[in-house]
Amino acid sequence: MTDSARQACIVGIGETRYAKWGGITDASERGLACEAVQNAAADAGLDVGDIDGVGSFADDRNLGVLIARDVGMRELRYAGMSWLPGGGGACGALGSAALAVEAGQAEAIVVYRSLCQGQHFRFGSAAASYGQLPTPGFHQASNLLEAEMAFSLPFGMFSAPIAYAMVMQRHMHLYGTTSEQMGAVAVATRAHAQRNPRAVMHGRPMTLEDHQASRMVAEPFHLFDCCLENDGACAVIVSTAERARDLKRPVIRIAAHAEGAPGEYGWGPFLDTNGSDALYAGGGTDVIARDVWKKSGMGPGDVDVAQIYDHFTGLVLLVLEAFGFCERGEGGTFAASGALAWPHGKLPNNTHGGSLSEAYMHGMNHINEGVRQLRGDSTCQVDGARTCLVTSAAGVPSSAALLVRD
Amino acid sequence: MSERYFPDLMPSPGISRESLPWWEAALEGRLVVQRCTKCHAERHPPAPCCKSCGSHELDVRDTAGTGVVYTYTVVHQKLIPGMPEPYVVASIELDGTDGLRIVSNVVDIDPSKVRVGMEVEVVFEKMSDELMVPRFRPR
Repeated sequence: MTDSARQACIVGIGETRYAKWGGITDASERGLACEAVQNAAADAGLDVGDIDGVGSFADDRNLGVLIARDVGMRELRYAGMSWLPGGGGACGALGSAALAVEAGQAEAIVVYRSLCQGQHFRFGSAAASYGQLPTPGFHQASNLLEAEMAFSLPFGMFSAPIAYAMVMQRHMHLYGTTSEQMGAVAVATRAHAQRNPRAVMHGRPMTLEDHQASRMVAEPFHLFDCCLENDGACAVIVSTAERARDLKRPVIRIAAHAEGAPGEYGWGPFLDTNGSDALYAGGGTDVIARDVWKKSGMGPGDVDVAQIYDHFTGLVLLVLEAFGFCERGEGGTFAASGALAWPHGKLPNNTHGGSLSEAYMHGMNHINEGVRQLRGDSTCQVDGARTCLVTSAAGVPSSAALLVRD
Repeated sequence: MSERYFPDLMPSPGISRESLPWWEAALEGRLVVQRCTKCHAERHPPAPCCKSCGSHELDVRDTAGTGVVYTYTVVHQKLIPGMPEPYVVASIELDGTDGLRIVSNVVDIDPSKVRVGMEVEVVFEKMSDELMVPRFRPR
């Protein structure tokens, strides 16, 4: 049992401006990372030198040991990198930081993500990351990921929308899910973004008709089923309850966190389309859902507001099902009922606008928004919100955290 | 001379010790799956060891080359010059295996006509003297 004085809490959140892909040209990705870390420290009322740990996920380019030096941390006592791939890792990196502060390894750990995608390859685009490959023939795979991609790239599975469109096509086949139901996810989050000045899509409202009329990317995904691609950075600071009470913000506990997937899931459907319908067309988050509820002693009925990772509209439905907000196969009906829309929905979701309409920060901004809700600072504030579920990307081994304000 | 469906610029497979036998078989026009020589468990994509018994002694066996479309997408992105637009990426459940699926394409059909459950058979596309890639067409 965790010593209650060392219970992990989020004491600070920070971000930079968010811009469209390639829109930030006057700062480096490394510089943005530093800015987000500094802003999170300021938000907490913490001297940046007092941060003594760094965490990130999915092979972050912005090496923690360098960011620690850049911003002037006095000591580095934790340097954690999560193996959860792609967008699956934000809550995992948060969870590992929580374990580290609870165990006494460090006192204040910053978890961050920085993206200047215009200056680097596009996340989620396999073809671009490997550049132009040699003329048809064999070549030696340079790493495990490229070796696995030998069974996807030669068949034109080049990008995340293709892989996850196939997952949703199966879901549609099994349960009758529709494009309009997926559109309800996009429309709700876009409406939330209209109240959030940080959102890249602020000032650009969207209707279900707009969603249906947007160009097709990979059926059933229209363009507006797919998340944005953005520049910016985002950070959270994890410390102990004891420290949190001395700082200037409300105490937000990480009441439970979980990560992983069934072992057979591997890297998920981007690289392997085997597995039962429940796994392949379920998004792989049943394991983390089970663990979050078990560790917290709570259930879906206890959640006031959710921030569910939305790389693609359809995968939000799978997470709603896995976490028990509705029955398996009923995610589309649940979303289309208006359940996800602030202020009247049963489960207001992605109240910042999510990856679809605030910014694509690989889910770190979902954690920030969870904290804002529990502080009472959201631009789509749920009255009296005390519990917020934050999840990372379905479709890869993923992670989730349940945030609570007592 | 086999028909061509995709351009020369399609990414070629990055070969590993695990995948080489599969691609060598494809070059001979054989659609295979990896098999454990000890317990005969099969898997795809191939791996260094058997997940059932742990053995590292693995080979491949021929399949019937037929299957059904488990799921698919019609892709409207043109990410490589010369790509057909649209084209179909599909997961094919292979007949005569324990439900093993491979990612491939459905060709020789109007993409809007592809359906889950459609019966298909393998057709090998010769990308070069060194590379044959299995696609699938309606049976």
